[in-house]
Amino acid sequence: MTPLAITAFSLASPLGNGSAAALEALRGRRGGLRPNDLEGVPLETWIGRVAGVEETPIGGELAAFDCRNNRLAELGLRADGFADAIARARARYGAQRIALFLGTTTAGIAETEKAFAQRGADGALPAWFHYRETHNLFSLCDYVQRRLGLAGPAATVSTACSSSAKVFASAHRLIEAGFADAAVVGGVDSLCLMTLYGFRSLELLSSTPCRPCDAARDGLSIGEAAGFALLERPQPGERSLALLGYGESSDAYHMSSPHPEGAGAAVAMREALERAGAEPAQVGYVNLHGTGTPANDRTEDAAVFGLFGDAVTCSSTKGWTGHTLGAAGIVEAVISLLCVREGFIPGSLNVASLDPALKSRVAIAAQVRPLARVLSNSFGFGGNNCSLLFGTLA
Amino acid sequence: MIGLSVCGVGLLAPGLAGWAAARRVLAGEQPYRYEALPEPKPDALPPNERRRGARTVRWAIAAAQEALQGSGVAAADAAPVCASSSGDGEIVVQIMSALAQPTREVSPTRFHNSVHNAAASYWSIACGSRRGAVTLCAYDASFGAALLEAAALIHSGESAVLLLVYDLPYPEPLLAVRPVREPLALALVLRGEAQGPALARWRIAPAPGPATISPVPISELASNPTAQALPLLAAFARNESASLHVGLASGCAVAVEARP
Repeated sequence: MTPLAITAFSLASPLGNGSAAALEALRGRRGGLRPNDLEGVPLETWIGRVAGVEETPIGGELAAFDCRNNRLAELGLRADGFADAIARARARYGAQRIALFLGTTTAGIAETEKAFAQRGADGALPAWFHYRETHNLFSLCDYVQRRLGLAGPAATVSTACSSSAKVFASAHRLIEAGFADAAVVGGVDSLCLMTLYGFRSLELLSSTPCRPCDAARDGLSIGEAAGFALLERPQPGERSLALLGYGESSDAYHMSSPHPEGAGAAVAMREALERAGAEPAQVGYVNLHGTGTPANDRTEDAAVFGLFGDAVTCSSTKGWTGHTLGAAGIVEAVISLLCVREGFIPGSLNVASLDPALKSRVAIAAQVRPLARVLSNSFGFGGNNCSLLFGTLA
Repeated sequence: MIGLSVCGVGLLAPGLAGWAAARRVLAGEQPYRYEALPEPKPDALPPNERRRGARTVRWAIAAAQEALQGSGVAAADAAPVCASSSGDGEIVVQIMSALAQPTREVSPTRFHNSVHNAAASYWSIACGSRRGAVTLCAYDASFGAALLEAAALIHSGESAVLLLVYDLPYPEPLLAVRPVREPLALALVLRGEAQGPALARWRIAPAPGPATISPVPISELASNPTAQALPLLAAFARNESASLHVGLASGCAVAVEARP
C-alpha cells in the first residue's frame, strides 16, 4: 500500500501529558499505575489515571460536552502542540478535506452512571444529563470535530480494544478513495464503573499492577488515555514517520475468549506485513497487545511465534499504562512511533519471572538500537483484531 | 465517485417485514401500514443467542441473512461494515441500573455483549469468517458514515461488503433522551461497479458543504436514524434514477447517484 506520513501525534496517558513525558517514563522505567483511588469505588485493583482531568472542565459553547472522556480528549489535543498542528493542516487542505476517525468503547458513559444514581421517584434521569454530548459513542468525534474546526467525514470506530488501531485502516482507505486529503485519527477511553465492574465480573482484573508475560500474571489493570495522530499523503522526498501497513481480522471464535492458537491475530499481523511488502525479518520490535490475562498473552505468543519464530524482540507496555481499552491502539501506536524515532525498545515492567511457556523473544530490559519497522497489536472482545506497521518514509 | 453494485437487501421494520414487502411499499404499489414485527430469531445464531441474546444482534443478523440470500455472494466472502447510532439500549439500561445498586453486580454476559461490535462478532462466528469487521457510530449520520466506509473498502480491493445498519428503541429512562421510537435493521450486499449482475448501481462521494438531506418517505419510521437509507431504497424500488444526499457528520453529506 501507499504509506501515509504521520506528521504530528500526541498522548495524554497515565505516564503524563505529552509524548515526551511518556518517553521519559518508559526510559526511566517509571510506571503509571497506582492503587485504585477513585472515590466511591471500593475495588482492590490498580488503575492508570491521567493527572489533570478533574481540573480541565469544558466550558463555553461546548459546555454540554463536559465529561471525563471529553476532558481527557481535550488534554490530548493540548498535548504535543497537536491542536496547533491541525490548525495548520486545516489552512492547507480546507476543513472539509480532513477526515476524523476516533476510537472509544464507552465514551462519556460515566455521566450516565451518575445520572442513573440520581433517578427521580418517577424513574426519570436528571435534567443536567446530556446524552448526545457525553454518552453516545459519537460524542467524542463530535467534540473533537467542533474543537478543531474540522468538517470532513467523521465516525467513531468502536470495536472494543482494537478501536483506536482500526482508525488508521479506515483513514487510509478513505484517503486512498479520494474522499479526504488527510485524516486525524486517535482514541480516548476514560475510567468508569462500567469497565471496572464489567472486567471484574469476567474475573479479568488483577489485584496487583498488571504483569504481561509474567508466569504469575493474573489479569489486567485498567487505564485511561487520549491520543491523536495526523495522517497525510507523503510529499516527494519527505522523511517523516509513517504508517506502512495495517491488517484487520476476526477470530470467528468467541465473544470474550481469544482463539486458542491466536489464528485471528496471526491473520492481522500477516496482512499488515503483506500490505507493506515487508518480511517478518524486517520488523525490529513487536509491541504486543499483552494485556496480562493468562489467555491473551498465551494466544498472542502462539501467533507471534508462528509468524516470527523467536527472531523478533517483543514486549507489552501495558505494565506502564494499564489497558486503556478503546485508547490502547493509539497509545501503543504513539509508543511504537517513539520507538522508531528514538531507536529504543522499552521492554517490560512488573515482570518478576518471565512465563517459560512463552516461546517468543519477550524483552524485559530496555534495548537501544535502530528500528526500521515496529509492529503494534491490538485485539478486542468478539475477536476483533488489528495490527499496524510503523516505520519511516524511505 | 466510487461505483457500487447493490446485490442484496435485507430490511426489517414495523410494517416492512423483509425486502420483498418493503419494496412494494416503497414503490407505491401498496400503502404503508404500521404493524409491529415478531421478534426475529435468525437461525445463524446459536439457539441460546437466538432466544435470549442481545436484541440488536438478533435484528442485525436476521437482516444480514435476508440480504445474502440470492445475492450471489457467500456470507464468508463479504467484509462486514456495521453501524448503529446508539448501540444496544436494553443492555445499557440493565448495566447502568445494576451499577446504581449498592452491590454493582454486572452480568459478565451482558458486559461482553455490550461492545458495539457484538453483532459483527456473532456474525463472523456464525459464518466462520476471519475477515476484518468495521463497526461505526456517527450518531444520526451512522448510515452515511457506513456507506462511505463500504465504498472505501470496495475501492481498497474487497470484492464484497456486507453493510449492516441498525437501531432499536431505547427502553426508558434513556428513551426520553434518545427518542428512537421504532426498530429498523437494514443489510445491503455491495460489490464493485463492474462486478456482475446488480439490483441497482450507486455512485458515491462525500458532498462538501451543507446539503438538503433527502426526507424519509415513511414518517412513522423517521425517528430511527437508519431510516435515512429509505429514500435510496425507494428510488431502487421504483426503478428510478436519482441524485440523493445522505447525512454525514458536521453538516456535510454523502452524495449518491442511483440508477436501476
